[in-house]
Amino acid sequence: MADKGISVKDLSVYYGDHKAVKNVTIDFNNKDVTALIGPSGCGKSTFLRTLNRMNDLIPSARMTGEIWIGDEDINHPKTDVVLLRRRIGMVWQRPNPFHKSIYENIAFGPRYHGITKKSELDDLVEESLRKAALWEETKDRLHTSALKLSGGQQQRLCIARSIAVKPDIILMDEPASALDPVSTSKVEELISELKEDYCIVIVTHNMHQAARVSSKTAFFLSGELIEYDNTETMFTNPSKKETSDYISGRFG
Amino acid sequence: MRAKTVDKIATGVIIGVAAFIVLLLAGLLGFILVRGLGHLSFDFLTSPPDSFREGGGIGPQLFNSLFLLVLTMIITIPLGIGAGIYMSEYAKANKLTDFIRLVVEVLSSFPSIVVGLFGLLMLVNYFGLGFSLMAGALALTVFNLPLMVRITEQGLKSVPREQKEAALALGLTKWKTISSIMLPIALPIILSGTILAAGRVFGEAAALLFTAGMSSPRLDFSEWNPLNPVSPLNPFRPAETLAVHIWKINSEGLAPDAPEIAAGASAVLVITVLLFNLLARWLGRFMHRKFTATK
Repeated sequence: MADKGISVKDLSVYYGDHKAVKNVTIDFNNKDVTALIGPSGCGKSTFLRTLNRMNDLIPSARMTGEIWIGDEDINHPKTDVVLLRRRIGMVWQRPNPFHKSIYENIAFGPRYHGITKKSELDDLVEESLRKAALWEETKDRLHTSALKLSGGQQQRLCIARSIAVKPDIILMDEPASALDPVSTSKVEELISELKEDYCIVIVTHNMHQAARVSSKTAFFLSGELIEYDNTETMFTNPSKKETSDYISGRFG
Repeated sequence: MRAKTVDKIATGVIIGVAAFIVLLLAGLLGFILVRGLGHLSFDFLTSPPDSFREGGGIGPQLFNSLFLLVLTMIITIPLGIGAGIYMSEYAKANKLTDFIRLVVEVLSSFPSIVVGLFGLLMLVNYFGLGFSLMAGALALTVFNLPLMVRITEQGLKSVPREQKEAALALGLTKWKTISSIMLPIALPIILSGTILAAGRVFGEAAALLFTAGMSSPRLDFSEWNPLNPVSPLNPFRPAETLAVHIWKINSEGLAPDAPEIAAGASAVLVITVLLFNLLARWLGRFMHRKFTATK
């Protein structure tokens, strides 16, 4: 597993009869940030949720096509979904810390995966919180409820929680859209730092955010992947008309 | 102007209705307590009843009620929570699931006297349990199970989807997600369902007449071997509960102070339910805090 990027081949996702994602083929590089942009309902969140098989939870959803992570077909019947999801972190639009203490939010996953020594857990909690730039703000109240944190802090806690189980990939579904500008810029800074170590795929409605944090951008429209290129090229010289219309704010 | 008037009238009516209910409850509670409290004494609470003479107590009945509650809950809670988890998290949305849900609904609206007769035929006679605490507990389980199942299902369904997804995304198994993340969040709802079910155990008489029976053998409270017929802990002995006792002495009590005993027993019943409620709520808050680290 040298290359832990993601390779998607001819992926379609249906909700009942509705085809939400249409024949998408795309590769994501390891140690890189890829932004998925497009108007609401274009299928980008659905697409993101197929990458860690979170759509399995929705009874009406089914998919065709292939998704490879490294050399593993994630939809193969023999694939262990639990193990797969452990390797793929996820961050949601609304911060969703567990109803537990700050410490427990981070320690819960690693402990479940076999780290039981308190000193090791303590170190891991500190390391994860430091990576998420949250350590200084929380080190004196690690054992108070995570729900007492502000929205921005909660979101950084959720990022810390997902990196504590040492994933290869982090999926982010509009991670900053429920946050104020200050928190947003903190989360964006964090994403830029995290790309040193992870393959990050981020869905965003915010063009500027896509331009700031990502090195590649994919534009979705009505379930189709319209264009996929380096972010700079996409924003300065897109090859498709729909892309330039959307980016320049003519619709969406 | 008109909309404002309507709004004022609506507010008035709603406050009026609420006040009426509060008054009704306070009146009822006051009536029961005023009539009954005078009769309460340590002796009344601990001594056995006397069928013909004055001065009988309600000791065994009070104990029976509590013991029956414990027995019923030991059976009901695991079954109800298990089935509720199944309905909420494992059952696929299909005809069979809909049918199970329908059965649960129907079961919950069964008249308790019918449950009692069913208990008499099936548990007491067919399975040969006789008039016993166990037969009573099983009949009450039939009675309470639908409530527990539905409440557990509702509690789990009310857990935000993102909480479940966050747990799964960390690589937790389904069971670990349910047991460590979802159940603690659903706990307050499940607990209030449990309190409701428990309240029904205290208050139920009809379902117990033919199952737990209307008599209590002479109990020896120093005998703690559950297999001994005179032991209070024996689950296979007949056991008249407080609610059944109230019904009995009100309808066929021969003791000259029967009305006072009924009033006193009613007050004890109400106070016990009240105390149990408070205790359960406190325990629930304590557990919720412990699991979720909220203060």
